[in-house]
Amino acid sequence: MLRIPNAWYKILAVLIVGYSLIYGMLINLPTDVGILDETIRNLFYHVPMWFGMMLILAAAWVNSIIYLNKPTQKRDVYATELTNVGILMGFCGLFTGMFWAYNTWGTPWTNDPKLNGVAAGMAMYLGYWLMGRSINDPEKRARLQAVFNVFIFPLFISLIYVMPKLSQFSIHPGSGESVNFKTYNNTNNIQHVFYPAVIGWTLLFVWIAELRARTTLLLYNKKNEESFSKHIIS
Amino acid sequence: MKKVSLSILFLSVMLNAAAQNNESLFRSSGKIYVVVGILAIIFLLIVLYLIRLDRKIKQLEDNQ
Repeated sequence: MLRIPNAWYKILAVLIVGYSLIYGMLINLPTDVGILDETIRNLFYHVPMWFGMMLILAAAWVNSIIYLNKPTQKRDVYATELTNVGILMGFCGLFTGMFWAYNTWGTPWTNDPKLNGVAAGMAMYLGYWLMGRSINDPEKRARLQAVFNVFIFPLFISLIYVMPKLSQFSIHPGSGESVNFKTYNNTNNIQHVFYPAVIGWTLLFVWIAELRARTTLLLYNKKNEESFSKHIIS
Repeated sequence: MKKVSLSILFLSVMLNAAAQNNESLFRSSGKIYVVVGILAIIFLLIVLYLIRLDRKIKQLEDNQ
């Protein structure tokens, strides 16, 4: 039987996500949450996408900095693949958020500082993604993407987290003067599912990023071998 | 073996959670457990797929 590398965190991810997925549906939550009602359970599914995205993008940022310090192919591949998975998680958060908003606020998009910040931030990361596909020279691509990533991550965090916190008005919970989930927390059990959910979903998407990174490294190695053998023949 | 132990762990978590008291409207009909079961099945199958993918990539790495 083939063993999976780094199996410990993958098993951990599956157990924690399984727990949060199932227990999040069954747990007794406060009932006096206004228009949210039972959709407050989305806190265990929608919010971990964003928190996990921030953690994964932070990991990609660290990889980019290490790459600029000491360029190795592995660091570049891990930075780009972690960012790609972070973008995927961001879209999961965006679409679940739009669906939730449509059923709570009556509209999928409002001119809220949090939502506008996310729109601008996702545009920056799509620029990062596009940059990787528009430069042919692999080393130039890797260096440019790393430099770009070093700049956009702090900007992204300030756009989606700091600016909404500082804003005067926002209907999105957790920003400005709006409600916070701590105000609902009279039974004190939300965090028993919420924090594990953040950790579990982050680990699960790190697993996907690792799979993608290993595949990309395999492809690069194959390409290197081909160009090497061509070099010998010529 | 790992798959079996994983699914047993899953089931135990589910049963543990199902043992909670259910008084609210949300659970009064008991149909929510059907949704939870379906969620668990989908998640389990996605995880099995990821495990198979991981093994395949490992095989390719070992062949190199």
